[in-house]
Amino acid sequence: MLEQILASLDESEREAIDEEELQVLERVESELVTFPSEPSHLLPILQHIQARHGYLPKLALRLVADYVGVAIGKVYGIATFYNQFRFNPPGRNPIKVCLGTACHVKGGDIILENFERRLGIREGETTADREYSLERVACIGCCALAPAVVVGDKVEAYVTPSKVEGIITEIEVRKEMAAREQKKNETANG
Amino acid sequence: MSEKIVTITVDGKKITAPEGAWLLPVCLEHDIYIPSLCWLKEMDDPPASCRLCLVEIEGLPEPVASCRCPVREGMVVRTNSDEILKLRQVAFRLLVSTNDGHCNTCIANRSCELQQIAKFLHQPLRTKRLRHIDRDYPEIIDDHPVLMYEPKKCVLCGRCVYVCSQNERGYKLDFAKRGMDTIISFYGSDIDPAAKECADCLACTEICPVGALSSKEKWRRFIAEVRLKQEQKKQKPS
Ligand code: SF4
Ligand code: FES
Repeated sequence: MLEQILASLDESEREAIDEEELQVLERVESELVTFPSEPSHLLPILQHIQARHGYLPKLALRLVADYVGVAIGKVYGIATFYNQFRFNPPGRNPIKVCLGTACHVKGGDIILENFERRLGIREGETTADREYSLERVACIGCCALAPAVVVGDKVEAYVTPSKVEGIITEIEVRKEMAAREQKKNETANG
Repeated sequence: MSEKIVTITVDGKKITAPEGAWLLPVCLEHDIYIPSLCWLKEMDDPPASCRLCLVEIEGLPEPVASCRCPVREGMVVRTNSDEILKLRQVAFRLLVSTNDGHCNTCIANRSCELQQIAKFLHQPLRTKRLRHIDRDYPEIIDDHPVLMYEPKKCVLCGRCVYVCSQNERGYKLDFAKRGMDTIISFYGSDIDPAAKECADCLACTEICPVGALSSKEKWRRFIAEVRLKQEQKKQKPS
């Protein structure tokens, strides 16, 4: 199934699929057979892919659409109705901006906008290097810390636009340090 | 199937119709105009989402959507009371408050059903009575290989989704997202070979009451004409 779909793509479309995505697709294809191929199993299948792989790649939706016999446009329509599904791979630093009532009142939407501008992606997207992904969530249970943001599994409290800058810088610095550390180890070992 | 014929009164006029038929088409057949966007006569199960077709029925506490109201013997209907006009106007204003068509440069100008309904309800196409909500979408979406979509003109009536579902072939259109973000989506049409077959159908572009969906080919020709006219105007010394 996957092979045929890949063969039907244009050269440029095929090239747009990276190694990581290809692996996800191959696994999705083999996992699909554990579900009955009926439209009524569409949602459980989507939930499974989301839980197992963290997002629904476009070609996975195509696989699922063919498998249960529902057009891909419909599958997407159904999937986008729910907040639980993502269509871009999660970044190494997933950023979740809370827009629950308290955070919203405290300007969570401005914080989200700040992240969007800083990272150059929209909510629901992932940066091209897969370093960051941005998401809005509804109430993380930290209303007293509003506006709150979850970076990875760490909660950031009372976030302000300057703190947005600080959060990203901190991640970048840590990344830089880890890279240097690795290089040092390599030269020491080598 | 033996159909019982019943008599009803609409705006003081006695008309006959098969029992259980939807009220809206019955009225239209008898030259009683009721505005509608989301309804099509082929639909067995009208969505009743636009709320433009509201009417009053004697004995019922609230106005009802005539597109989903079955005809019953002796029913007394009013389609033209002040109350009904007001309610339809509210529905219309809500609709256009997220709408952003530019009639002058729109492919549907003058054949647009929204323009016609605006006239019938004495409402401007840009309402000042509700805050305008600019939906966060681009002017045009051209993901589909054959179709051109202009989300800011779309009234989300769902007619295109319906006619598309009636066709066996082709890529299947559907609504995506929800609430204020609801949109007709073409996701996956780039990797679905069936999308190219849409060129032989285009039923959705014909049924769209506004100018939100058109074939790319027609759209491009139209825009070229518009540009040409604009150029000519500029060059003419006035
Ligand atoms: S594209 Fe046209 S037919 Fe489809 S929902 Fe929008 S307005 Fe209705
Ligand atoms: S035509 Fe009845 S609600 Fe739209």
